[in-house]
Amino acid sequence: MTNSWTDIKNTDLVVVMGGNAAEAHPCGFKWVTEAKAHRGAKLIVVDPRYTRTASVSDYYAPIRPGSDIVFLMGVIRWCIENDKVQWDYVRSFTNASFLVKDEFGWSDGLFTGYDEEKRDYDKSSWDYKMGPDGFVQTDPTLQDPRCVWNLLKAHVDAYTPEMVERVCGTPKEKFLDICGMIGECSTPTKTMTSMYALGWTQHSKGAQNIRGMAMLQLILGNIGVRGGGMNALRGHSNIQGLTDIGLMSNLIPGYLNIPTEKEADWATYMSTRAFKPIVPGQMSYWQNYSKFMVSFMKAMWGDAATAENDWAYHYLPKLDVPAYDGMRMFELMNHGKVNLYFCQGFNPILSFPNRGKMTQAFSKLKMLVVMDPLATETSHFWENHGIHNDVDTAAIQTEVLELPTTCFAEDEGALVNSGRWLQWHWAGATPPGEAKHDTWIMAQIFQRVKKLYQEEGGVFPDPILNLTWDYADPDEPMPDELAREMNGRALSTVYDLKDTTKVLAEAGQQLANFGQYRDDGSTMGGCWIYAGSWTEDGNMMARRDNTDPGDTGAFLNWSFAWPANRRILYNRASCDLQGKPWDPSRKIIEWTGEKWEGYDVPDIAVTAKPGEVGPFIMNPEGVSRLFSRGMMRDGPFPTHMEPFEAPIANVFNPKMRGNPVARVFESDANQFAAIGDPEFPLVATSYRLTEHFHYWTKHNPVNAVLQPEFFVEISEELAAERGIERGGRVRVWSKRGEVWAKALVTKRIRPMQIDGKTVHVIGIPLHWGFMGAARKGFGPNSLSSQVGDANVETPEFKAFMVNIEPSAEEPVA
Amino acid sequence: MNIDLSRRGFFKLAGAGVAATSLGAMGFGEAEAAEQAHVRAFKLATTTETRNTCPYCSVACGIIMYSKGDVKAGETAELIHIEGDADHPTNRGTLCPKGAALKDFVKAPTRLTKPRYRAAGASELQDITWDEALDKIARAMKDDRDANFIQTNEAGVPVNRWTTTGFLAASATTNETAWLTYKTVRSMGIVGFDNQARV
Repeated sequence: MTNSWTDIKNTDLVVVMGGNAAEAHPCGFKWVTEAKAHRGAKLIVVDPRYTRTASVSDYYAPIRPGSDIVFLMGVIRWCIENDKVQWDYVRSFTNASFLVKDEFGWSDGLFTGYDEEKRDYDKSSWDYKMGPDGFVQTDPTLQDPRCVWNLLKAHVDAYTPEMVERVCGTPKEKFLDICGMIGECSTPTKTMTSMYALGWTQHSKGAQNIRGMAMLQLILGNIGVRGGGMNALRGHSNIQGLTDIGLMSNLIPGYLNIPTEKEADWATYMSTRAFKPIVPGQMSYWQNYSKFMVSFMKAMWGDAATAENDWAYHYLPKLDVPAYDGMRMFELMNHGKVNLYFCQGFNPILSFPNRGKMTQAFSKLKMLVVMDPLATETSHFWENHGIHNDVDTAAIQTEVLELPTTCFAEDEGALVNSGRWLQWHWAGATPPGEAKHDTWIMAQIFQRVKKLYQEEGGVFPDPILNLTWDYADPDEPMPDELAREMNGRALSTVYDLKDTTKVLAEAGQQLANFGQYRDDGSTMGGCWIYAGSWTEDGNMMARRDNTDPGDTGAFLNWSFAWPANRRILYNRASCDLQGKPWDPSRKIIEWTGEKWEGYDVPDIAVTAKPGEVGPFIMNPEGVSRLFSRGMMRDGPFPTHMEPFEAPIANVFNPKMRGNPVARVFESDANQFAAIGDPEFPLVATSYRLTEHFHYWTKHNPVNAVLQPEFFVEISEELAAERGIERGGRVRVWSKRGEVWAKALVTKRIRPMQIDGKTVHVIGIPLHWGFMGAARKGFGPNSLSSQVGDANVETPEFKAFMVNIEPSAEEPVA
Repeated sequence: MNIDLSRRGFFKLAGAGVAATSLGAMGFGEAEAAEQAHVRAFKLATTTETRNTCPYCSVACGIIMYSKGDVKAGETAELIHIEGDADHPTNRGTLCPKGAALKDFVKAPTRLTKPRYRAAGASELQDITWDEALDKIARAMKDDRDANFIQTNEAGVPVNRWTTTGFLAASATTNETAWLTYKTVRSMGIVGFDNQARV
């Protein structure tokens, strides 16, 4: 989230698209209710299904899964055509006036530079025209046909209300009503918020869905303000934290990157990272990259990381592919190229798509280690459960270790919520039996491997032997020790960069903020964005002062929010060019004539004069990007792409399948249904229920009673067409697998008219498996395909094609 | 706006104090004894309160856990009740149908209590000690790393990556677990590293 749960009360219009907060995030949704009750805010829901969020909305419109970009570009087109634009914001705080290279263009659904063979773009034309002074060329009058604004206007021109109706199935009148409501938020004193979740991310173009809404929010002037922003609701309690800390193939904590093998040395690695400002006088915060990186290397390898050895640069692995993400690993596993695999509190046998492929891949491992509080499908994947897990146990040669871990109630530490708040929690129960903390298990594994290297030698043991491990008890590092390490501390005296006689921190002291990070080896810090979370004043994450001066929803003294305890990102953009709030009734900060101050931590140097430094300091432009240059693989503007399995061809280019640059492994490509395949005419989409959390609560007898049995949700029309009875048994199958379920026949899903044909949608909730207290069932992953978003490889769970038929009984295995 | 008087304190006052003061002062000594004999003591009055957050979605509702025994004091503590934390700015004491049933998640019948091992081709898990399990893991890692670690690519550039072992990290472990996991996994050169945020 750019904002926070409690900030939603400040909004005038909530758009829930790609999520279902009332059911999946009920206690956060209360802030929507608060805004409706106390500000008169309106709620719009756009969803394939009439969800419980929709049932309390002011306006609902249906949409076909996987067509969101068409809808969003359509709204942008309408706003431009009807002059619903916050012009001062767009001119000053976005790159609307920047000129783009003449070679850049779009036709037939594709941008310039597409290479069909490589399934990739040559992105060199997707960039600005630079002047001889090294700064970007602009036209503040927005007249130049090559300025971003005019290119955007041309780009969205195809997305007429008629096009929206044709591709999304949203009736034109409903679409126009929604445009009207959204358009009202282009005034500086009205704000819209976007609440989205996996309904937008789980697509082969998920990142572009989100960009589409972010662009709309910029055009309306809604980023950086109270009650505005882009608010990802996030599905699990600490996926924000695990991503912040970089537990991904290509990440280093704080959104730094693991090097690729093209970056053969430190100098090459650093050369592309410290972005120089491309507008005069701008602050470009990534210029500090080396400080964060060196401090990370010192946190990892201490004295073994020196200026002379490039901070132990070669202790880091170098990637030969963009990432060894989950789906790439399962592909390798399926080819017998992975021997040993660890799952820590993760149940991939149900969480990743194409269950058949997953089981086959796991059966080729030599050893699987599962650490979990629960007996999961993953640690029991080799066990035969009839149709629910029809495997040949004896043939599976994988050794499995199932290790019992503690859960939240027995554990201490911080979790990061959607609003970036790091909240500390304490243990209140003794672990059951021999269950252990994950920290103990990881320490044990590390210590034992290290000992083997000490005793036996082996291949490149240096990064293992030299890993910093200065914990009081090396066998069980404590949460406070680890939290301090992430915050960072001085290794030798840290001086003020401007006044070099002024001492900021003595050796051994905790750093107060990331401004104290250095790239000369005098500081260490595991995760720069968490700097300030555990200072010399103690554990800031454990703060529990719930006073809220000005009643803004900021709660600055409750826990700690990264970065720098800031609650609303880009909050400098809440003020005009003179530094006065666009909406005085919703002030966050303002320029006093000397400095920025207010209810939140300013997202700009406190003495940076308004008009001199742009508000988007993480971009070298100082402004936000309506045109994203070459930052994303699939285009600088969102363009309509069909899901890989779709009922119709892409209206711009019938030959284009899915996202033209998404990675597709051959074995997966062979398992796609053809476009418009008559054998698979139904659009399937997955979703959560309010009574269950993922695959966990089916282990809880209370929740298992509340929602005991797997079902699929279909319209009355489809039920009638196929002779399916209310509550009757059905078989649902895709090109990859089949499931048996009870039919929930509802009015919540209706058939749609898509490009002249009737298309039915079927809903598949995701909470059942073959372990736990609920009845055995299936998940949507028995049906969905292993293809992911072109930028981040999040699987396309929200749109794939299936068929359905009545089924007298489940077959007996 | 913080609730100054803790619930536990309040219940103690209410349970022990009210009868003694009001009834006793009016000379109802016997009535007081009778009252105390049949009114059960409020269960939460003798518990330890611990602040935590719900482990499910990312709203991260504040919760209060009530236990018999105090973990901080080194005692065995048994969780007996969980409720929403009224002081928490986000949920203000409310919980959803999942959060309201959290205690039964902690005590789920399928919670794991012992390390277990499944041999190749076996149809059952068998108990194994922690020591045996961890030694087995360390041995397998060392052997696989030594056999398959890639030190340089064809161009002779040091790449130091290990692709034949992978690690899927969680979605609900603490930041502190995440950091220790990060250190362990990265120091060994594992690149097949991912977490639940991917899906």
